[in-house]
Amino acid sequence: MKVVFLGATKGMGRALARKMAERGDRLCLLGRDADDLRKSALDLDARWPPPVSTKYVICDLEQPETFSRALDEGARQLGGFDTVVVTAGLFATQDRLEQDFEFTRRLLVVDFAHTVLFCELARARLLASGGGTLCVFSSVAGERGRKPVILYGAAKAGLTRYLEGLDHKFRSRGLRVVCVKPGFVRTSMTHGLPEPPFAGEPEAVATSVLTAIDRGRPVVYVPKAWALVMVVVRWLPRFIMRRVGF
Amino acid sequence: MVPGCEERSECLEHITFGVPLTRGLGRAYGDAALPSPGDHAIAGSVLADRVISFNPESGVLAAEAGFSLDQLYRTFLPRGFFTPVSPGTRFVTLGGMVAADVHGKNHHVEGCFGRHVVSLKIRVGDRSIVTCSPTQHSDLFQATSGGMGLTGHILEVAVRLTRVPSPWILQETERVANIDAFIDGLTAAAAKWPMTLGWIDCLSQGRDMGRGILYRGRWAEPDEAPKAFPAIHAPLPVPFTMPSWPLRPVTVRAFNAVLYRQHPRRVQRKVVHPNAFFYPLDSFGEWYRLYGRRGFTQHQCVLPKSGQRGAARRFLELVTRSGGASFLCVIKDCGAEGDGILSFPKPGISIALDIPMRAQTPALIDRLNQFVIAEGGRVYLAKDALTRPEHFRAMEPRLERFLNIRRKWDPDGRIRSAQSVRLFGW
Repeated sequence: MKVVFLGATKGMGRALARKMAERGDRLCLLGRDADDLRKSALDLDARWPPPVSTKYVICDLEQPETFSRALDEGARQLGGFDTVVVTAGLFATQDRLEQDFEFTRRLLVVDFAHTVLFCELARARLLASGGGTLCVFSSVAGERGRKPVILYGAAKAGLTRYLEGLDHKFRSRGLRVVCVKPGFVRTSMTHGLPEPPFAGEPEAVATSVLTAIDRGRPVVYVPKAWALVMVVVRWLPRFIMRRVGF
Repeated sequence: MVPGCEERSECLEHITFGVPLTRGLGRAYGDAALPSPGDHAIAGSVLADRVISFNPESGVLAAEAGFSLDQLYRTFLPRGFFTPVSPGTRFVTLGGMVAADVHGKNHHVEGCFGRHVVSLKIRVGDRSIVTCSPTQHSDLFQATSGGMGLTGHILEVAVRLTRVPSPWILQETERVANIDAFIDGLTAAAAKWPMTLGWIDCLSQGRDMGRGILYRGRWAEPDEAPKAFPAIHAPLPVPFTMPSWPLRPVTVRAFNAVLYRQHPRRVQRKVVHPNAFFYPLDSFGEWYRLYGRRGFTQHQCVLPKSGQRGAARRFLELVTRSGGASFLCVIKDCGAEGDGILSFPKPGISIALDIPMRAQTPALIDRLNQFVIAEGGRVYLAKDALTRPEHFRAMEPRLERFLNIRRKWDPDGRIRSAQSVRLFGW
């Protein structure tokens, strides 16, 4: 695979990029911090020396004007790409967001509007080259309106619906959309939060996501147990959701 | 539970600013990786796990301090490289390996981990970042090898990996009748084998005292080993903490006797999985839960060659007499002392015991330590939770030199752990 990867420097993105590099996929890393990108590219190359060194391009989810150029530069570096992965995004607890109007604005814009805009540009390029895979990390937080993730969950709910629509419309034309819905995964993003049951590790998540990409599964819950948890949560009646803490 | 929390981030430089300690995977047996009373947050390095560079010509690997031996094993063993010195677990970070100056089955040949370290990047007490090596700021370098993270926050480690002929181990095991035969067996094996270790049934008494199984090993040559890379299996889960009641002398004795007797009388020679040889305990994910809620401590000491003959036998007699039922007792002959100022090994016999925590355990540790002092030995800080400060001082003539260097690089005493406050007062 030839992969343009937005968000490979941290957390689940770091783990997934490593799994890809290990099996010989070629990567171009996108992100906002050149030094951080350079270090991640060196990490991949030192672990599994590729024939051509891993390249990186600046792309900031807060600045949509960087998207188009970054995708084109990624295509140039890789000689075209067949896969786009997006793991980047913003996160904060509901408590913090309720106190911080400006950060809430940024989070809603980045996690929904700008991520969708980036996907639109990526989708167009993939379709133009005959299809490919668009793998985007949404969240189980978007499944129901839940007290601890109202704002973050709302942005992810929108993203999930967008990805679902893409899959319906473009699958027949060769675009495979993979919507990843992580439950609680132990990363720097979730570090310090109270840990629920079925917490997962980024490496295990990466393995599941890579399988989903290879098979073109439209939706994948990671860790797997969260698929069952979310079946229950989706069917809980409103009067119960009002009472429970999650 | 110890109060306090661990900050984790991919950016170790960021989170080590202004905190008293950095920990890795937190597998030290005692309080070395815990915050001192009153300290709230410490830094955790495990997410800072990027490789910075690897040179296949020289074998030098530079990586962030949170890069774990488990990752090194998975990434570099398939390429024919491995750590020159391996402790008994893969779940340790490079930073932790430097801080404890870990030793392994090949100590009599390769010394400690610190001997193979090329350079270190450290955030010292005044919060500046210093690169040190055997030639650059060598005092800081030597105090950091085995310095339990007390000279500063280890950010990056460069170490020379060793080339291995295959990823498999050729192992010989032999039943040994008692402790004296054991010490002779270790000495004889050391002359021919790069890796040696003994497991002792430490509840056997009298003529059988110190019986056990002697392990000798070396990396297998390609024509001796299977072609395939040894499969990596997920550890068996230990989903909950076991109750403490099965851990009694009678059950431990039975367990040890079975382990001893299941080994045939003849020497066994075979090619084994490197995990089975180096990390038998890691086949259980959270094996320490098998010790129950009360947990356990370790006591590892080295009894020097220069001491009186029969020290190991008398040490085991003392353990047995004091009722310290230990599941696991490991014996190893140590080679020369390294350059790490507080580095644990010195020429002699090292004995490591698992001791379940009981009300009388601190008193047992005191008795063992008094014996170690009388023999001119010392204990291993990575395993220690209960040693008294005056006992440690009596074991460690190098301590003043270590503390002077620590003072020089951290004059305001900003860097400390629960262990350093317990043993050194700051």
